[in-house]
Amino acid sequence: MTPVLRLARPYLGRLIGAGLLAAGTEIAGVALMATATWLLMTAAGQPPISALTVAIVSVRALAIGRGVLRYTERLTGHDAVLRIVTDVRARVFGTLATRREAARSGDALSRMVSDVDAVQDLLLRVLVPGAAAAMVAVVAVGGASLISPAAATVFAVGLLVAGIGLPAAATALTRRTAERVAPLRGALANDAIDLTHGAADLAAYGATGTALAGAQRRADELARLERRLATSGWAVDAAGVLVSGATAGAVAAIALRAGVDGVLVGVLAVGTLAAVEACLALVVAARQWTELRAPLARVATLLTPEASSPPPSSLDLADITVRYRPEGPPALDSVCVDLPPGRRLGVVGPSGAGKSTLLAALAEWGGSPRKVGGLLAEAYVFHATVRENLHLGRPDATDDDLAAACAAAGLLDWVREQPDGWDTVVGEDGAQLSGGQRQRLALARAVLLDPDVLLLDEPTEGLDPAAADQVLAGVLGAARGGVVLVTHRLRGLEGLDEVIVLDAGRVVTRGTHAELVEAPGWYRDQWLAQETAERGYVAASP
Amino acid sequence: MSRRPFDPRLLRRVPATRRQFAALGLLGVAAAVVVIAQATTLAALLAGAVGGQLDRAALAGFVAAVAARAGVVWGQGVVAARAAATVKAALRGELLGAVGRRGPEWVAGQRAGEIATLAGRGLDALDAYFTGYLPQLVLGVTVPVAVLGRMVFADWSSALIVAVTLPLIPIFGALLGWQTEAATKRQWRRLAMLGGHFLDMVAGLPTLRAFGRERAQVDVVHRMADEHRTATMRTLRIAFLSGMVLELVATLSVALVAVPIGLRLLDGGIGLETALLVLLLAPEAYLPLRAAGARFHASMEGVTALDAALSLSTVETSARADDVPGVVREIRLESVTVEYDRTVALRDVSLTIRAGERVAIIGPSGAGKSTLLGLLLGFVRPTSGRVLVDGVDLATLDLDAWRGRLAWVPQRAHLFAASLADNIRLGAPGATDEAVRIAVRSAALDEVVEALPDGLDTVLGERGHGLSSGQRQRVALARAFVRDAPILLLDEPTARLDGGSEAAVLDATRRLVAGRTALMVAHRPALLAEADRVIRVTDGHVVSLAEAAA
Repeated sequence: MTPVLRLARPYLGRLIGAGLLAAGTEIAGVALMATATWLLMTAAGQPPISALTVAIVSVRALAIGRGVLRYTERLTGHDAVLRIVTDVRARVFGTLATRREAARSGDALSRMVSDVDAVQDLLLRVLVPGAAAAMVAVVAVGGASLISPAAATVFAVGLLVAGIGLPAAATALTRRTAERVAPLRGALANDAIDLTHGAADLAAYGATGTALAGAQRRADELARLERRLATSGWAVDAAGVLVSGATAGAVAAIALRAGVDGVLVGVLAVGTLAAVEACLALVVAARQWTELRAPLARVATLLTPEASSPPPSSLDLADITVRYRPEGPPALDSVCVDLPPGRRLGVVGPSGAGKSTLLAALAEWGGSPRKVGGLLAEAYVFHATVRENLHLGRPDATDDDLAAACAAAGLLDWVREQPDGWDTVVGEDGAQLSGGQRQRLALARAVLLDPDVLLLDEPTEGLDPAAADQVLAGVLGAARGGVVLVTHRLRGLEGLDEVIVLDAGRVVTRGTHAELVEAPGWYRDQWLAQETAERGYVAASP
Repeated sequence: MSRRPFDPRLLRRVPATRRQFAALGLLGVAAAVVVIAQATTLAALLAGAVGGQLDRAALAGFVAAVAARAGVVWGQGVVAARAAATVKAALRGELLGAVGRRGPEWVAGQRAGEIATLAGRGLDALDAYFTGYLPQLVLGVTVPVAVLGRMVFADWSSALIVAVTLPLIPIFGALLGWQTEAATKRQWRRLAMLGGHFLDMVAGLPTLRAFGRERAQVDVVHRMADEHRTATMRTLRIAFLSGMVLELVATLSVALVAVPIGLRLLDGGIGLETALLVLLLAPEAYLPLRAAGARFHASMEGVTALDAALSLSTVETSARADDVPGVVREIRLESVTVEYDRTVALRDVSLTIRAGERVAIIGPSGAGKSTLLGLLLGFVRPTSGRVLVDGVDLATLDLDAWRGRLAWVPQRAHLFAASLADNIRLGAPGATDEAVRIAVRSAALDEVVEALPDGLDTVLGERGHGLSSGQRQRVALARAFVRDAPILLLDEPTARLDGGSEAAVLDATRRLVAGRTALMVAHRPALLAEADRVIRVTDGHVVSLAEAAA
């Protein structure tokens, strides 16, 4: 919560203004009823009309003032709070951006939308009305003590019950259950993601019903929790109504016994009713606060940058060693890479050999994507236009640059076919694209980046052999600096300066394609198997 | 969307709420009676106080009325909250169920983030509508009627003032409410858009980092949030204006009632007790309508979400009753054309696949290979032509039973937020641990399982984070192994595997397809050796190539 309030500091003036306006609104309401009661009870004594003039003017002024105050208060409060929330959103994303691991998207969504709204609720529904209710209580008790200290004491007790006792009860009643609501909602959000993103898998495997039943079970459990919250929660509201009436009755009785003037007894009673009701806003605020604790705690962790993760065990290119767990086996064990400017390097080996890890280590070593970067594993296509996706590679690229990069990746014809061209919106994670088109888009983006050393992790993934040859040749031709190419497909490695064969994090052998094909071993076996298979394929194609 | 404060579809779709709504109505009547009782007793108490007398009967009556009011408040709150919980749970189920019934093609076009928002936070907005708005709406009918009835007997001229000003609240409320509603609707969409934008940004964070753009994107997020704030303030200026007008009508009416009565008291034209009763009753007449008006804005979010959920979850389900043949002998496509919004995926394709045949599909990416599999899965419906299973149109077959005969390995399998074992058991929930272990070995997944912290019990992150695409592909294969179905649809099963594991997976695939019917999309040649024949898809046309076995 503290980091949230720290973000609120620049807007403190606006917040205090909103609090004062809120208090003014409530006080105007209490004063309106009290003055009107005074007006009637005094008029019943049939004094000269001049005795009522001030009251009549006050009643009208308070009636108008309350509406105007309310409007100003709400606008001021919301403006201040939304400014804070904007800062919070950006800060939350900024913190996530510095973390190495990717957050779970469903959680992140629920965090961004509900948790950040929790900040809004904290300020608008807890702090501002809470402060306003406290001010109303002080002013009302002060006013009452001028008329009758004894009645004011009872009044204060009623206000304390309404403003502290009941909110505490509401907090205690709801806290335990409220803490169980958040994880259920998170689980439901995951269910929704699974049932939508995984709809095809579920349908094909006839598992939609089971997944749906699980989601429904959690939704029902949530409903049961919510019902339980309601039964106890609304009892507190009912107690609030009781307290306001009982206090008003007690104040009237005690004031009468203390010999207070009848007219003022009426003012006290009606004023008490209105003031206690205003203080009951604290019950609502307390309930909000209880429900906001968990989300606010999550927002706080999202606003606190983590200690930066330890750098890889070694960044010396002559000896790259990477461990994911301190005691675990090395993902890369003393791998030596020679990367003079312009050098073109291939990295091959069985799955899990450490190829992608090597690329990640090289990217880290380069320090900047403009030096060492490109197409890394799990390239993501954003729900945005083709142009925006490509601009990620080079923000100042002209349409000619885009066209050149897309030509290299073999995407240009597709873009030209689209009615919206560069402004064609591709779906969430590129869902409107075929696998091949997504791969080409990711490749074109990497080509646009134009780093000193271009990293390519399985660039021809999902492309048929003819397209793979063409695209790889195009991309290698477009790359102006060095290249590190990770691939399972050995075709196209002929032109590279060196090929490293990795297995289980170690370099098994290295050399040019020609040298490796000559020597017996994994590379030669793979090459022969792939060539035979591809010739069969080509033979099958007309 | 519906402008009505209450959507009657709710009663039809969630019948369990009918009794709760009836209870709310009864409680509304009780509340009106109690309001009058409270004002009457308080007026008597105060009128007595002027003479310095404590009217004990009036005091006791007042406290009793307050206690009754407390009871009514409790009852209304509990009933409304229960109705909200019931409706939300029912609609969540319906909404997510509709996703399943409408099929994957529909969801692929929809933003999953939007649906997730709706099923979660979107429907939670119904709480404000049910507990805040609906009970006040009921009171807005019962209380003013009761108050006016009582005031007519007490002082008809004050009753007239209240009767004339009271309709101003719904009139102003409706006028300004329409403005607010339009703005809210836009707002809700933008909120969902912002949610989608953030999900997109977070999901793509590794890519943003790879391009060194994650810092720059912080500004974009800030800018989007700031645009959001500006848009919200525009809405709020209108929404709060309605609140101010409503408040003004109510408070000014109290002044309009109080001042003339005060003047009439001066010349004895009205008794003090009556005057006090009128003063205490007047604000009560406006209170429920004002409260409803004040909560209109907050509850509209709920109404919009309700409307979206009710509309999205309405699905016309065509009867699919035909039994699937015990042993499928033949699958035939008859002049099938599939058109999407912008493109034609398949053009006049005729194709016959006989039982036990293994058919490889080749062709450039985007040519329609995956659509061919989608047709057989029932995800895609032919725009024209038919898919026949032993002569029966697939469109009339019991789809679940038909899919029970299939195992599918998609290009990008979704990994569920569950244990790896449960992910593998997707199509065979009853599969034994031994069956899962065999499938793991067959799919060359055993090394991956060993490397995971909890082995097969490792809970996979949502959308399969934590596994590489190659590993994910092998999970999909393991699923197919456990499924043990007679017909296999493989969408390039070795796409994300390197040579070593490709060989292992090919071995396994060879065992898998033995004795089964298989349709295999192949980007790579390695799979072709497994095929009895090869067909080529180019630009939506299908050409049969050489019988590979020959």
